[in-house]
Amino acid sequence: MNKTYDNRAWFLVLPVFLVVAFSAIIPLITVVNYSVQDIFGPGERYFVGLEWFREVLRDTRLHEALWRQFLFSGLVLLIEIPLGVAIALMMPRKSGWAASLALVLLALPLLIPWNVIGTIWIIFTRPDIGLLGYAINTAGIPFDHTAAPLDAWITVMLMEVWHWTPLVALLAYAGLRAIPEAYYQAARIDGASDWAVFRYIQLPKMRGVLTIAVLLRFMDSFLIYAEPFVLTGGGPGNSTTFLSIHLVKIAVGQFDLGPAAAFSIIYFLIVLLFSWVFYQVLQRVGTGDRR
Amino acid sequence: MARIEFKQLAHTYRADPRGLEDYALKPMNQVWRDGGAYALLGPSGCGKTTLLNIISGLVRPTAGRVYFDGVDVTDLPTAQRNIAQVFQFPVIYDTMTVYDNLAFPLRNRRVPEPEVKRTVERVAEMLELGADLHRRARGLSADAKQKISLGRGLVRSDVAAILFDEPLTVIDPHLKWTLRRKLKQIHQSLKLTLIYVTHDQTEALTFADEVVVMHEGRVLQSGTPQELFEAPAHKFVGHFVGSPGMNFLPCVLEADGARVDGVRVALAPDVVEKGRRVGGRFEIGVRPEALRLETEPRNGAPRVRIEALEELGHYRIAAVRLGVHRLKVKVPGEQEPPRDAAYLCFTPALTRLYADGVLVG
Repeated sequence: MNKTYDNRAWFLVLPVFLVVAFSAIIPLITVVNYSVQDIFGPGERYFVGLEWFREVLRDTRLHEALWRQFLFSGLVLLIEIPLGVAIALMMPRKSGWAASLALVLLALPLLIPWNVIGTIWIIFTRPDIGLLGYAINTAGIPFDHTAAPLDAWITVMLMEVWHWTPLVALLAYAGLRAIPEAYYQAARIDGASDWAVFRYIQLPKMRGVLTIAVLLRFMDSFLIYAEPFVLTGGGPGNSTTFLSIHLVKIAVGQFDLGPAAAFSIIYFLIVLLFSWVFYQVLQRVGTGDRR
Repeated sequence: MARIEFKQLAHTYRADPRGLEDYALKPMNQVWRDGGAYALLGPSGCGKTTLLNIISGLVRPTAGRVYFDGVDVTDLPTAQRNIAQVFQFPVIYDTMTVYDNLAFPLRNRRVPEPEVKRTVERVAEMLELGADLHRRARGLSADAKQKISLGRGLVRSDVAAILFDEPLTVIDPHLKWTLRRKLKQIHQSLKLTLIYVTHDQTEALTFADEVVVMHEGRVLQSGTPQELFEAPAHKFVGHFVGSPGMNFLPCVLEADGARVDGVRVALAPDVVEKGRRVGGRFEIGVRPEALRLETEPRNGAPRVRIEALEELGHYRIAAVRLGVHRLKVKVPGEQEPPRDAAYLCFTPALTRLYADGVLVG
């Protein structure tokens, strides 16, 4: 086939390029700019090279926040992905009022503003007036997320799972609905068990949507800020200080723009790297491609 | 392998059927011989797939019973019926190799692994999939995938019948022929009962020993391809089978034939006799292949005007006007194409009489 080459076609992508430039590239370059300078005031700035990066990488508080963050995102993926898939499998396969009702109920947590979610869970888990907190304490188990780090973690995890598992469930459900009926019929004819149907039909056919779910949940949970900030403020102590909360403390609390910028770049690169790894792994697992 | 029998079978998808028109399958009795190759032919929505799904147990009939070799299987679930089915779009297990795909039905039935290996290799060889056995099924072409679907049926030693639901829809035309021949070979060597759903008459006529024509939930005729062609039991069959379909002309009965718009058409005396007994609205049905155009008038052949001539390679189809009626006539390639007008000759042995759309003789 003969292809026509015309470099004027590049003009057609110019609008997209401009939008991306203003929304991503220019802010990113600004951050890079901050990360290599020590700024005392307007007109009073010194080039410091990689000094801020060195400082940030030596910061033990940041190390702690980083491991905390990995633990949190790991737990989020381990709980939300299987749970979301399980919920999707339990939903009615055919459309009807039952399916519609389930979809609306699932979508509810996704419609609530994030800081409101934090507020809801503060009240819900309060030992004195909160429904959950009061019930647990009345049952004889002391529970207070403002005092005990473990309780704080449990509360944050519960909130996160409640908030975002529906997204995974909705994505998985969309993937399930896209499987043609003939696959299930063929499986029945082949004498496949329910487990085999899940393992060899449903799971492979959900690969695409689950890849999206894993990426979204990893990125979002790795960048989580508003809900734990409202709920625990990063405490008690530093026990729920995740990376974003730590970053904001440096940038806004201490106004250390240089280290904050260096840290932002590292943060961005970590998210990028892990998203890429997840994507590559999920694209290949079970397909036999070894490229 | 089994003989499949329907007794008073009917099916509706509606919860509150008000009448027969709400039934996707009207009550029917039908027998599928053990080892027969059947084609189920009919337009989309005529109930072919419903019928197939009732045999495989994916759909439970509203009324009537299904028997395999005299055993009532109506209440048996699909997995216990020993039916294999090949669907319109290839169904394969993406993450498995071809070998694992073929082994899947056996492993689900806990067949010992050495036997699985033997069977899979035998079937793969028969389907010419041997070279691809250890490749992922996902990357194969549509026809290879469809062979795998078929293979998953063939590996089972207990299979009662193999059902095909328009299996060649997504196959390239030049491969259709090869695949169809493969099916025929397999049928001859394994003597399986095959039921093949299609709306493509060429496919039906070349594949099957017996073609079952369905329309609006009824079986209109089942017979050999030749029977369907020469003596369609119903007007619909005449239209649907053959390209172009049968010509139908309203007529009145006379002493020794029929009169169409003032033109006398000869019919066998017993047919006229039978027609008179049956009564109703009469039509004669005649295939384009059973008509001839002559340049000289002979035996009172009527003169017809030729309105169009369609070139189809080695033959032509002429559209001719006889009085107010329009007919299609097949003109063999070696015959000099008639111009403007010609004389139309009927073949009495192949001219059929229909009363209210049903074959008289």
